[in-house]
Amino acid sequence: MTATRTSPVDPAESVPPNSSEEQHAGPEDTSSGPRPAPAVRLQGVSKVYGTGANAVAALDGIDIEVAPRELVCVVGASGCGKSTMLNLLAGLDRPTRGEVEVDGRAALMFQEAALFPWLTVTKNVELALKLRKVPKAERRSRVEALLETVHLQDFGGKRPHELSGGMRQRVALARAFAQDADVLLMDEPFGALDAMTRDVLHDELENLWQSRDLTIVFVTHNVREAARLADRIIVLSSRPGTVTAVMDNPIGRPRRIESPEVGKLAADITGQLRQEVRRHAEP
Amino acid sequence: MPSLDVETAPEAGSDGNGHIRTELSGLDRLELAGDGPRQSTGRRIWRLTWPKVAAVALGLAIWQIAVWLEWKPEYALASPGDAFGSLWDLVREGTLWTALDITMRRAVGGFAFALVIGIVIGTLVSGFEPVRVAVGSLITGLQTMPSIAWFPLAILLFGRNEHAITFVVVLGAAPSIANGLITGIDQIPPILRRAGRVLGARGPSEYRHIVLPAALPSFIGGLKQGWAFAWRSLMAGELLVIIRGKASLGYLLTVNRDLNDSAGLIAVMIAILIVGIVVDTVFFGTLDRAVRRRWGLLDPAT
Repeated sequence: MTATRTSPVDPAESVPPNSSEEQHAGPEDTSSGPRPAPAVRLQGVSKVYGTGANAVAALDGIDIEVAPRELVCVVGASGCGKSTMLNLLAGLDRPTRGEVEVDGRAALMFQEAALFPWLTVTKNVELALKLRKVPKAERRSRVEALLETVHLQDFGGKRPHELSGGMRQRVALARAFAQDADVLLMDEPFGALDAMTRDVLHDELENLWQSRDLTIVFVTHNVREAARLADRIIVLSSRPGTVTAVMDNPIGRPRRIESPEVGKLAADITGQLRQEVRRHAEP
Repeated sequence: MPSLDVETAPEAGSDGNGHIRTELSGLDRLELAGDGPRQSTGRRIWRLTWPKVAAVALGLAIWQIAVWLEWKPEYALASPGDAFGSLWDLVREGTLWTALDITMRRAVGGFAFALVIGIVIGTLVSGFEPVRVAVGSLITGLQTMPSIAWFPLAILLFGRNEHAITFVVVLGAAPSIANGLITGIDQIPPILRRAGRVLGARGPSEYRHIVLPAALPSFIGGLKQGWAFAWRSLMAGELLVIIRGKASLGYLLTVNRDLNDSAGLIAVMIAILIVGIVVDTVFFGTLDRAVRRRWGLLDPAT
């Protein structure tokens, strides 16, 4: 697969409604059937920071489409503009060239939980609803339900600094869900957690994703994590970031991060990334 | 493991969800189990109190010894006993309450005025780049200016009256308050502002829900410092600007010096010291610690 590939996984084929991906996780047929609107589309997107001699191209000619309910992982070496891409998708920044389209609302999660330290867990989640002008009467019950989905219903009165890193990320996840987002953008959300916690949170995220009408764009530099989670893996090159490969994930769900299939796919992705790194070496 | 069907996955107790719930709850309990044994409140109060009591006792002892050695004549340095006796007289006669009333009215009024001005200036400086360039460094410059140096000008501008005192108190306190706000806003972690934007906080709602609460600890630090400057400016002002019929704390100091009443003089000084400690440490200090603790900026053990 090459950088020129722009057609997404056809959700009509690969993700029948009311079914999880496991029966249909093989390489997709992208030629037939009507194409529903993608949940996320980047077309010819470039982002240049600075001007003149100091200009740095963070992204160059990115074409990516993500189908509704797809979980796409974006991997790349340092400087591939992963975070820039998420900022564009979240609407925090504008592309220099090209088009960015997100169907519906986008929520963004960071490597740090970025919870507000002056608010309790409950109030942190509630603020997302408040800022969306959800009536007060409705908020309380919705916050309770959201905390329950991330199994933190007993910790609503705690403050962020009283929680562990994994718990904070789960609060951040609940806060993201509180935005009723159609697209969840995740910027190395589990990068700072220990392996054990990360493993359980992979299960948790997969579970929540499968039970909701949610599209996920998950940026990581952990290739095993990408192989564990993704329907499709997009490999970005560095300086400037361009799409060098799009890899379908043929492994059925549920997956285990330590399984040989996941290891094999992770090795393939690593191979792609190493090739990319070698390209940047001095001759 | 059976397949996770979309229909059944959200239900609690389905296989996938169940093992996640158990494992997460196990991890949570392991992570939060590390709270060490806490000292009992009585022990903590004792640990924090006895060094202070000992220090005060030592100070009084040195003072008493200096008096016994007749280092200075009695009209210049009264004994601790005489000084506290005078303080008791001031309390009993009500002189102290009248003086405190006048002085505290000036302090609180001037501080409130400084608060408004400090917030307005701080908001403008932190929000608008040209304003920052224009007056940002001037604010810090004003802070280094001893407020007593303003009094000659204040007296020329307003005469020997309340306005002159207020003017200098405000000049003393407002820069600290503004600086506290500016520093607080400047030091908001960018990730919190990004998080706020993603949640849809823009303009006034960003200010109310993200910027102001995030800046609060530093702002309270500014208030504490501003109060200290206001109190000093006010004491200087009450010594320089004596207003007829206003027996303030500063006025009592002046009168006692004129009468060579060392015991009375020291009694008023003790009162000034106590007011300073109560407001600075007890009021602002408690507020400061409470906010820092809630914000997670303070080690909970202290």
